[in-house]
Amino acid sequence: MRPETELHPVPLLREISTLLAKDFRLEWRQRAALGGLLLYVGSTVFVCFLSFSLRGGTPPPPAWNALLWVILLFAAINAVAKGFMQESPGQRLYYYTLVRPQAIILAKMLYNALLLAVVALLGLFLYTVFLGNPIQDAPLFVANLLLGAVGFATTLTLVSGIAAKAGGNSATLMAVLGFPLMVPMLLLLIKVSKNALDGLDWSVSQSAVLTLVALNMIVAATSYVLFPFLWRG
Amino acid sequence: MTTARIIGSLLGVVFTVLGVWGGQRLIEQRTPGLVWKTLTVLLLIAASAVGILVPVPPLPIVNESIRNLFFHVPMWFSMITVLLVSVWYSILYLRAPSTRLDVLAHESVKTGIVLGLLGLATGSMWARFTWGAWWTPDPRLNGAAVAMLIYGAYLVLRGSFRDEQQRARVSAIYNIFAFAAAIPLLFVLPRLSGPSLHPGQTGNPGFSQYDLDNTMRMVFYPAVIGWILFAFWLTQVSSRFAFLKLQHDEN
Repeated sequence: MRPETELHPVPLLREISTLLAKDFRLEWRQRAALGGLLLYVGSTVFVCFLSFSLRGGTPPPPAWNALLWVILLFAAINAVAKGFMQESPGQRLYYYTLVRPQAIILAKMLYNALLLAVVALLGLFLYTVFLGNPIQDAPLFVANLLLGAVGFATTLTLVSGIAAKAGGNSATLMAVLGFPLMVPMLLLLIKVSKNALDGLDWSVSQSAVLTLVALNMIVAATSYVLFPFLWRG
Repeated sequence: MTTARIIGSLLGVVFTVLGVWGGQRLIEQRTPGLVWKTLTVLLLIAASAVGILVPVPPLPIVNESIRNLFFHVPMWFSMITVLLVSVWYSILYLRAPSTRLDVLAHESVKTGIVLGLLGLATGSMWARFTWGAWWTPDPRLNGAAVAMLIYGAYLVLRGSFRDEQQRARVSAIYNIFAFAAAIPLLFVLPRLSGPSLHPGQTGNPGFSQYDLDNTMRMVFYPAVIGWILFAFWLTQVSSRFAFLKLQHDEN
């Protein structure tokens, strides 16, 4: 039906896995970017540690929770921002001739989700080492953290594509475009993570977690539909 | 009860679709459209005057301030309608790009922002007199603020392009994405997040169906229609102005 499908005899999954492998290889070759990101998280956590140690000891659980999510939010913006921006227009044109745009957005989302999951877990580890560990329900907390990483990745991937199109100060633009979109998701994430901190029963967080999953699916589906239009320019 | 609710939501969907379809027709209308504009003026004046004068049921907490129902709520309804119209224009733009559709989408968003600010202002004033604070961290209020931030970001995004076609396409994409990602949640989140001070929530008296007595309904529905028509009128005028400016720049 669509001419594009005849142009690409390779199945979508193969394209996605190839692109994903390419992204990982690029990341590994330019380790400075990955190192920079990890150092960013590490130094932010350390700054928080220092500022709280002035007051003596660890922050109270609500502040602990809020601070963790703020750190992760900024780390996510920085991590995702470089995805589309480090590619040159020539490179984009080259990919355009090779693969479907759907494969590109799905691969990018998957890659960002994995990257952010690693960053989030490492961030949590450093955070608990420096600022104490008030978590009472660790499995729910980590699951929520991973859900958050996936959610950040799905929302920010298309936003980073949009910001990259604008050129110029696209990192600022990305924060401006991304933050309001992420507020509803963040509110749900912080709520579930507070429930996990207090060790509340899972049934309390159930509806929020389901909404988060549904939200992730809506955002991923919308990106899948809209990205080809963005790519065409 | 459940059948009434199903019929109610179906009516809501029909009303929304009709609103978007009719809104487009009215915004793009080339004739003066005297009939519906007279109706808009009459409805707005009548609803405002009657809204202030009509006797209202004395309910706890809200009391006389329940009259804000005739101003504050219609503004949000018309904001959502005109933003839906804008999303529809953006979808049409992506299917068949044209400067016309881009201008229409942009002007609808601007009308939506104006109505959203009016809604925030009326809500804030009401909160000052009822709750004693201009702003509280209530889920509803947060949602409204987020919606304003999103459309502010839309304007910033439009401002950061030089190429007009690029700007039109990318802002259409952001418009659709933002609406799909955030606006439904602004309706879902307040229902999920438990206790709230906002009328109609968790047992607070206010605008839910059983509190609206029949006289209030007779004022509320015309006010909603009046404000929605007003939004279309505003968009029509501003988009005509934008078209004229475009023509002027071309010549």
